[in-house]
Amino acid sequence: MNTTNAAISLRGLRKTYAGTPAVDGVDLDIDHGEVFALLGPNGAGKTTTVEILEGFRRRDGGEVSVLGTDPATADRTWQARIGIVLQNTGGHDELTVDEVIRHFAGYYPAARDADEVIHAVGLEDKRSTRVRHLSGGQRRRLDVALGILGRPELLFLDEPTTGFDPEARREFWDLIASLADDGTTILLTTHYLDEAEHLADRVGVIAGGRIVAVDAPARLGGREQDTAVVGWVDRGSRQEMATAEPARFIAGLSARFGGEVPGLTVSRPSLEDTYLRLIGASTRHDGPTEHLEHA
Amino acid sequence: MNTTTRPRTATVPATPPLLRVAAARTTLELKGFFREKGAVVFSFLLPIGLLAVFAVAFADGEIFTEDSPGVDFVQYFTPGMAAAGIMMVSFQTLAIGIAAERDDRTLKRLRGTPMPPVAYFLGKIGMVLVTAAAQLALLLGVAVLAFGVELPSDATKWLTFAWVFVLGTAAGTTLGIAYSSVPKSAKSADSLVVGPLLVLLFVSGVFFVFNDLPEWLQTVASVFPVKWLAQGMRSALLSDEMEAMEVSGSWEHGATALILTAWIVLGLILAARTFRWMRRDDG
Repeated sequence: MNTTNAAISLRGLRKTYAGTPAVDGVDLDIDHGEVFALLGPNGAGKTTTVEILEGFRRRDGGEVSVLGTDPATADRTWQARIGIVLQNTGGHDELTVDEVIRHFAGYYPAARDADEVIHAVGLEDKRSTRVRHLSGGQRRRLDVALGILGRPELLFLDEPTTGFDPEARREFWDLIASLADDGTTILLTTHYLDEAEHLADRVGVIAGGRIVAVDAPARLGGREQDTAVVGWVDRGSRQEMATAEPARFIAGLSARFGGEVPGLTVSRPSLEDTYLRLIGASTRHDGPTEHLEHA
Repeated sequence: MNTTTRPRTATVPATPPLLRVAAARTTLELKGFFREKGAVVFSFLLPIGLLAVFAVAFADGEIFTEDSPGVDFVQYFTPGMAAAGIMMVSFQTLAIGIAAERDDRTLKRLRGTPMPPVAYFLGKIGMVLVTAAAQLALLLGVAVLAFGVELPSDATKWLTFAWVFVLGTAAGTTLGIAYSSVPKSAKSADSLVVGPLLVLLFVSGVFFVFNDLPEWLQTVASVFPVKWLAQGMRSALLSDEMEAMEVSGSWEHGATALILTAWIVLGLILAARTFRWMRRDDG
C-alpha cells in the first residue's frame, strides 16, 4: 500500500491511561476519498483513536499521519482542512441556527455558503430558531453543518445519527454519500451496523485496543464465505439447513417439491452477527454491546 | 485501491486574520450574554438594583456625620457598586460562562476548528469591556438622575476612574478565566463562583463602610483585589475630603495599582497553567 497517499496512516499507535492500555498497537491506512467506519464496543479504544487523529489527545507511542501532518503538532491550516463532528456537544443556546453557522463560517479560509449548508442538513425551517429550541435531531444536524462548513478534505463523524428518526437517518446518509462523491474522506464511528454497511467502503473493528478486522462490509471476517442458511416451509413447519453449497441444496429442494419451494429464504450472517463474533472474545455478555439488539 | 488525491489549487487560501475572528467572537459573546436573562439580571443589573435598594432604604441617610464632613449614603456606595459590578461582569460572568462552555463541550468544538485560540480570549475580553462600560454608564446615570449623586468634574478624577476601571476589569477577567477550572460542572459553577465572590464583596467594604469591619478582617480583605478596586473607585468618585475617612487616611493609589497588577499577573499565570479546552472526564 502506498502510505504517502493515505489520508490517514497509523503505525503501532499506543495510548495508556493509568497503566491500562486503551489503544494497544493500532495499524491502519485510510485512503483519500474513502468512507471508513470504525466499529467497536464502548471502551474498545475507538474514541481514543479518533481523538488522537483529531488532535485532541496525545499518543504515547507510534506514528500518526493525518493529511500528511502529525496531529500533535498541527496548525490552523491543517485544522481548516478537517471537519469534526463530536458527540454530545451543546452550547450557543441563545443564538439562532443562522447566526451560529455564519459565525463558524468566519473561522475558515474558504467556507461553504451558509445557505447551502443549511439546506444540505435540512434546517431551512429552523434557521431563525434559537438553538435552545431545537430538538435533539435538529441539534445533531447543526453539529454536522458546522463540521462540513469549511469544505473539509477529511471529515470525522462520531456517532452522527444517534437520536435520528429513520427518515432523518436516510436523509443524513444521502448527505454523507454526496460528500463522499465530492471526494471527502470520511472516518465514521457508529453503533448502527446498517449505517456502516450502507455508508462505508471499508469497516474496521476495534476491540481491546486492537484492530481485529478490516475489510469491505460484505467481506468482513470472511462473511462472504460463511455457510449460508437455507430456510423453507415443509408441511406447515419452518425448516432450516446450514450449507456451504446453497445452490446445490436448493436445486435438490426444488426437485423434491416439483418446482417452487414454499417460503424459501437464503441468508448469510448479517454484519451484526459477524461483528458480534469478532468482538466476542474481548467483551463480556453484560458488557457495552447490550445496546445491540441481537436477534 | 483508490490513491487519487483531490485537485488542489497551488496557493492554500489564508485563514481569516486574528482580529477579524476576535471581533466576530466579541459580537457572538455579547449576543449570547444579553439574550440570557439570568446573566443580565444577576451580573449586569444587580449592582444598579442594589444601589436603588440602598437609596430607598437609607433615604436622607448620611455617614461619618460625627467626623465631618459627612457624605450622602448613596454617594458613598456608588463607587462600591461600581466595583461590585465590574467583578460581576468580569470574574463572575467569565468563571461561570467558561465552566459551562467546557462542560457542554463548546470549548472542545472550538478547539477542533481553525479558530485561533487567542481569538476566544480576545472575544471574552471584548465582551467584558463592553458590558462593564455599559453597566458603569447605566449605574452612574441612574445614580445621578434618580438619586442625585454628584460626579466629579475634574479630569484627574476621571483619569483615576479610567485606570482603576482598566486594572480592576483586567484582574477580574484573568482571575475569572483561571477560576473557571475550579467548578467540575456547569451545575456547580453558579454556587462555587457566586458564593465566594459575595463573601469577598462583603469583606471588601462594597456593601457597607470598610472601616466598620474588624481589623483582622480588614487585613484579610487587603490581600484580595476587590478591596483595592472599591477603594480606587471611591478615590475617583468621592471628593478628596473623604480621603481622610479611609482606614489608612490615604487613597493609596500606589498600593492599589501594585496589588491589582499583581492579581492580573497571578490570574494570567494561573489561567495559562490551568486552562483546558476539554472536560476533565474527556481525557
